[in-house]
Amino acid sequence: MINQLSWKVGGQQGEGIESTGEIFSIALNRLGYYLYGYRHFSSRIKGGHTNNKIRVSTTQVRSISDDLDILVAFDQETIDVNYRELNEHGIIMADARFGPKSPEDSKAALYAVPFTEIATELGTSLMKNMVAIGATSAVLDLDINVFEEVVQEIFGRKGQQVVEKNMEAIKTGYEYMKEKLGGSIETMQLEKADGQKRLFMIGNDAIALGALAGGCRFMAAYPITPASEIMEYLIKKLPALGGSVIQTEDEIAAVTMAIGANYGGVRALTASAGPGLSLKMEAIGLSGITETPLVIIDTQRGGPSTGLPTKQEQSDLMAMIYGTHGEIPKIVMAPSTVQEAFYDTAEAFNLAEEYQCPVIVLTDLQLSLGKQTVEPLEFDKVEIRRGKLQTGELPEIEGKGYFKRYEVTEDGVSPRVIPGMKNGIHHVTGVEHEETGKPSESAANRIAQMDKRFRKVSNIKFNTPVYKNAPHEEADLLIVGFNSTRGAIEEAIGRLEKDGLKVNHAHVRLIHPFPVDDILPLVKSAKKIAVVENNATGQLANIMKMNVGHAEKIYKLLKYDGNPFLPHEIHSKCKELF
Amino acid sequence: MATFKDFRNSVKPNWCPGCGDFSVQAAIQRAAANVGLQPENLAVISGIGCSGRISGYINSYGFHGIHGRSLPIAQGVKMANRDLTVIASGGDGDGFAIGMGHTIHAIRRNINVTYIVMDNQIYGLTKGQTSPRSAAGFKTKSTPMGSVEQAISPMEMALTAGATFVAQSFSTDLKDLTALIEAGIKHEGFSLINVFSPCVTYNKVNTYDWFKENLTKLSDIEGYDSSSRETAMQTLMKHNSLVTGLIYQDTERKSYQQLISGYSETPLAQADLTLDQQYFDKLVTEFI
Ligand SMILES: Cc1ncc(C[n+]2csc(CCOP(=O)(O)OP(=O)(O)O)c2C)c(N)n1
Ligand code: SF4
Repeated sequence: MINQLSWKVGGQQGEGIESTGEIFSIALNRLGYYLYGYRHFSSRIKGGHTNNKIRVSTTQVRSISDDLDILVAFDQETIDVNYRELNEHGIIMADARFGPKSPEDSKAALYAVPFTEIATELGTSLMKNMVAIGATSAVLDLDINVFEEVVQEIFGRKGQQVVEKNMEAIKTGYEYMKEKLGGSIETMQLEKADGQKRLFMIGNDAIALGALAGGCRFMAAYPITPASEIMEYLIKKLPALGGSVIQTEDEIAAVTMAIGANYGGVRALTASAGPGLSLKMEAIGLSGITETPLVIIDTQRGGPSTGLPTKQEQSDLMAMIYGTHGEIPKIVMAPSTVQEAFYDTAEAFNLAEEYQCPVIVLTDLQLSLGKQTVEPLEFDKVEIRRGKLQTGELPEIEGKGYFKRYEVTEDGVSPRVIPGMKNGIHHVTGVEHEETGKPSESAANRIAQMDKRFRKVSNIKFNTPVYKNAPHEEADLLIVGFNSTRGAIEEAIGRLEKDGLKVNHAHVRLIHPFPVDDILPLVKSAKKIAVVENNATGQLANIMKMNVGHAEKIYKLLKYDGNPFLPHEIHSKCKELF
Repeated sequence: MATFKDFRNSVKPNWCPGCGDFSVQAAIQRAAANVGLQPENLAVISGIGCSGRISGYINSYGFHGIHGRSLPIAQGVKMANRDLTVIASGGDGDGFAIGMGHTIHAIRRNINVTYIVMDNQIYGLTKGQTSPRSAAGFKTKSTPMGSVEQAISPMEMALTAGATFVAQSFSTDLKDLTALIEAGIKHEGFSLINVFSPCVTYNKVNTYDWFKENLTKLSDIEGYDSSSRETAMQTLMKHNSLVTGLIYQDTERKSYQQLISGYSETPLAQADLTLDQQYFDKLVTEFI
C-alpha cells in the first residue's frame, strides 16, 4: 500500500487531455484524497504537447512530485518528453493506435492499450479519454463506480445515452486492463482515503470567491493568461448580487474604470498578469496620490514582454513594489496557498479602504492555475471593514468650503466620502493637492501630504505577514519563499531534516511594506539563508538584503526555466550550501 | 432648486484670458442647474490638459485623473452609482489621441455618461504641439514644416462607432451649448459633445473669427433630421464636419445599464457587502 502516487496524462492540445485529468481528479477528490495538479500547456488552442500531472495523496500536498508512477500517453511525443520522470515502479499506458515505442533507456513497463479502438467501437473516438480513466482504475484497483457521479454531471445535459456510453467506455477500459495485468498492480495500491468531501479548486477560483465574500461588486478587466478565470467566474456570479463585470478595451481602461468605481463607492477589482500590470502602472500612481482604494490581482507568469505566457515565474516582484513613477504608499501581498488566496483577496478590500491606497495581491501561475484539494474556507473569518468611510449625514460646511478629504491626520488616513453625499464635495486630482483636494505647489503642503500618505502604511496591521514553520531556535538554514513554492519547500525541509540539518521556513505573505520585525529574528538565528524563487535575479533575496541586511549569508536559489520547483531540486541545492 | 451659481466654487481658473474653456465651464454649470441637479449629484471627471482642469472649477464632485483616461474613470463612477449624473471632459488630445481607444469603446458600450470635448485643434498645456484635430499643413512646435497627417473627424467617427448621441458646438454659443449639454445629460446612453473651444495662445489659425466664418448651424439647414444617421453623415461630409447643433440622436437604443442582466436598480455604492452564509455555502459546494 502506498499513500501517494503521481499520474500524468499527455497528448496534443485540444484532444481532451484537460477533461481527462479533470474527471479523474474530481472523482478521487470526492473519495477524500488530496490532489495537486499541474498543467503543462502552451498558448495555442489546438496542437502542441500538453499534459496534466496529478498527485494523489492521503495527506495534504502542495507541490508536484519529483517522480511519476503512471504515464497515460495519447502520442509518442508524450512518452518521449515524459518517460524520464517515471520511477522504478513506473508504467506507461499508451494508445495502441500510434504503435507506441519504449525509448531505449526506459525501464518502465509499456502497455499498449487500444484506447481509441475501444472508444470507436463504442460509438466515438472522443471517449478514448474515458477508456484511459478505466484502464488507470484497473491499475489502481479503484471501484469505477466513483466516476458515475462525475460523468453524470459533465455529460448529463447531453442525454442519458451519452452518460451511459461514457461509463461503458470506462468499464471496458477497466476490464481490458484488468485482464491484461491479471489483476491490478500491487505497488500502486493506494491507501483508502478518509471519504471527506473537500474543495477542489484553482487559486483563481479562490481569489474570485474571496472577492465576492469581501464585498466586491464590480470588476473591470481585460483577458490574459493566467488571470482570466477570475473575471470569468465573477461574470457568472456578480449579476445575481446586482453587480457587474466589464471586459474593457485594454488594461489601462480596466484599472482606471476600477479606480472610478472605487471612488464611486463600490468595492471594485481588476486582475491581470505582467503585460497588463505594465500598462496599469500610471494609474496605480493615480490611486496612490488620490488615495482611492484599489485592489489589483497580478497572476505572475514568465516575462518580460510576452515571455513565457503559460509558464511559471515569480519575476514581477520588484515591478509590483516599485512600479509607477514617483512614490506612493502601496500594499503588496502574496498568498502562499489557495486558502490564503481566498482570505487575502477578501482582506485586500479591507486594507484598500482602511489605508486608502492600491493593494496588489500577487500570485503566480502555479498558484493561480494548479488545481488542488483545499481545506474548508471559513466564511465567518471574512470581515468587512471600511476604514474611515463616512456614512450618515455630514455637517454643513461654511460658505463654499470643500470637505477636507485629505485632512492631515495623525495616522495619515483622512475621512473619505463618496460622490452623492451632501456636504462632502471636494476635489480629487492626481496633481499634488491640499486638504480639500485643490491643487497646490506649496513646498510645505507637499511635505505635509507626502508624509501623511506614507504615515498610513508605516504601521500597517496585517495578520501573519510571514508564514513561519520555525521549530529551531538556532537553525543551520532558513529557507525563504513566496507564493506557490511553499509546498516544494516544505517537502525539501522534511528531507533536509532527515539529513540532520536544522531548517526553519519563512514564507513571506506581506511583500510590501516588508515585514522586517517579523522576519529579522529568524534571519539572525540562522547560519545560512536560502531564498527560493522562480526568477533569474533573486528579487526577493535582494529585497531581504535591502531590508534586513545579512547579505553575507543570504543565498539565491533560483529557477527560471518556466517550471515550478520540484522538492528534490530545493533539497539538493540546499545541501550544496553545507 | 439649485441655480447655476450653486455650481460655482471659489477657485479661480488658471486659463488664459479669452480661452474658450471658460464658456464650456459656464455652460456645464447652467445645464446642471437647468436639469434640476444638486451639486452633490453631479460628478465631473476630467483628463489632463488645460481643459482637464475644468473639474476643479465646478462646485460638484470632481475627479481630475490622468491623461486620456477620463472616460474609463467616468464609466466606473457611473457603474458604481447609477443615480449620479456623470460628465467626462477633456481636450482633443486627451480624447482623440492618447484616449481615442477609450472614446470609441465608450461610444459602442453606451453607458449613460456625457462626454464634453474641448476641441482647440492643438495641445494647450504642453505649449502648442499638433493634435489629431489639427488640419494637414498646420504649423506647430512639433510640426514646424506643417503637419503631414490628416485630421480626424470625431463626429464621423462617432457615427460609425455606433454612437447614440452626437453633437457639436462652439464655445461662444453659450445658449446652444447649454441646451446640448442638457440634452446630453437627459439622453439615456452615451452622449458625445465636441465643442470648438479656441486656444487664444497657441492656435492662431482656428480662432474665434475663423470659426464664425466657417461654421454652419444645423438649425439653419432646412429640414435637417437628426434621427437619420445617413443624413448626419452626408451633412458632415458636405460641410467638412464644420457644423454645430445636434447631429444625431438615437432615442430607441437601450443604454448599457438597461441591457445587462442583474444590474442593481439601487446604486452599487449602496450595496450590502455581506453575503449570507447559506449563499456562500452554495457557492462553495460547486467546487466539491
Ligand atoms: C501619459 C502622459 N503623456 C503626456 C502628458 C503631457 N500632456 C499633458 S496634457 C497633454 C496634451 C494636451 O492637449 P489637449 O488634450 O488637447 O488639452 P488642452 O491642453 O489643449 O486643453 C499632454 C501631451 C501627460 N500628462 N501624460
Ligand atoms: S493655452 Fe490655450 S487652451 Fe490653454 S488656457 Fe491658454 S488659451 Fe486655453
